[in-house]
Amino acid sequence: MELKTSDYSIWHDPASSTVFFRGFLRLDGMEEYKPLMELLLDAVDQSPHFNLNLRELEFLNSSGISMLSMFVVKVRDRGNVQLVLQGSDKILWQTRSLKNLQRLMPSLKLEFV
Amino acid sequence: MTPAFSDQTFGAFVDQIPASDEFLTLNFSPVSIPRKRRWNHYGLSADFLGDYFAAFFPGDAVPDSKINRKDSVKATVSYIANELLENAVKYSDETTALPISITLHLYEQELIFQVTNYVSSVTAERYQKFIQELLDTDLDELYTRQLEKTALGTGESNMGLLTMMNDYSARFGWRFQPLNTQAGLVRVNVMAYLDV
Repeated sequence: MELKTSDYSIWHDPASSTVFFRGFLRLDGMEEYKPLMELLLDAVDQSPHFNLNLRELEFLNSSGISMLSMFVVKVRDRGNVQLVLQGSDKILWQTRSLKNLQRLMPSLKLEFV
Repeated sequence: MTPAFSDQTFGAFVDQIPASDEFLTLNFSPVSIPRKRRWNHYGLSADFLGDYFAAFFPGDAVPDSKINRKDSVKATVSYIANELLENAVKYSDETTALPISITLHLYEQELIFQVTNYVSSVTAERYQKFIQELLDTDLDELYTRQLEKTALGTGESNMGLLTMMNDYSARFGWRFQPLNTQAGLVRVNVMAYLDV
């Protein structure tokens, strides 16, 4: 399962229970993020331990941040999923915005490299 | 009859900003090409502003960060310019033949963004209501509340404005001016200040 354009690619690696986001995401509003959300929810259905790897996601607009918060809340409400967000401390938006998602789900793990 | 819309300012708005040595203005003409295609142009423009202004800064280290000063300025300008442009496009009155404009001024310690666009008075009132809430509420509290609200998919998110303020410490000022020439249309001037 993969979503790919010239700006970004998103794929699921079932072996490591990880979804990877790479590139630049500035889609026009929540509506356009729906396919990405579906990919995430589908992937999370397959494993109680789930990683979201954002280490090569260089840009995410606020609609994308809203999508991530929506995903985090959906995972939180399932109650049985361990969610790890893997970020990069060399990408500014990740150092500024990712920690806020823990406000929605305190058990959310952030792993920066 | 709806009451006449009055000229109002909010937050840190000033009419005359100090003269800057370096500034750059981009105007986006109100063209008929589909929004989907134009959308990419705004992203490109935001990245261009980031690259352009980052070039004025040295690549020295920033305390407690793996990202140097030049790259921090680049990423910050690119995020803020993109959010300001996205908002301007989202809320602009599509029937008006008036452009969206963004100017970025560079000062010794500060960057100032100015964005103007034209919206319907209904949109302007809704925007003002949110600004008032923003000014009356603790930012941290409002941020968490809106994040949860957005996550549940209820109502407008306004996360653009909130992330710029909360995550990038941007300060804002707004002016709403009704147009004499076109009834029901309001010129919105947004200023965003950023320490560098």
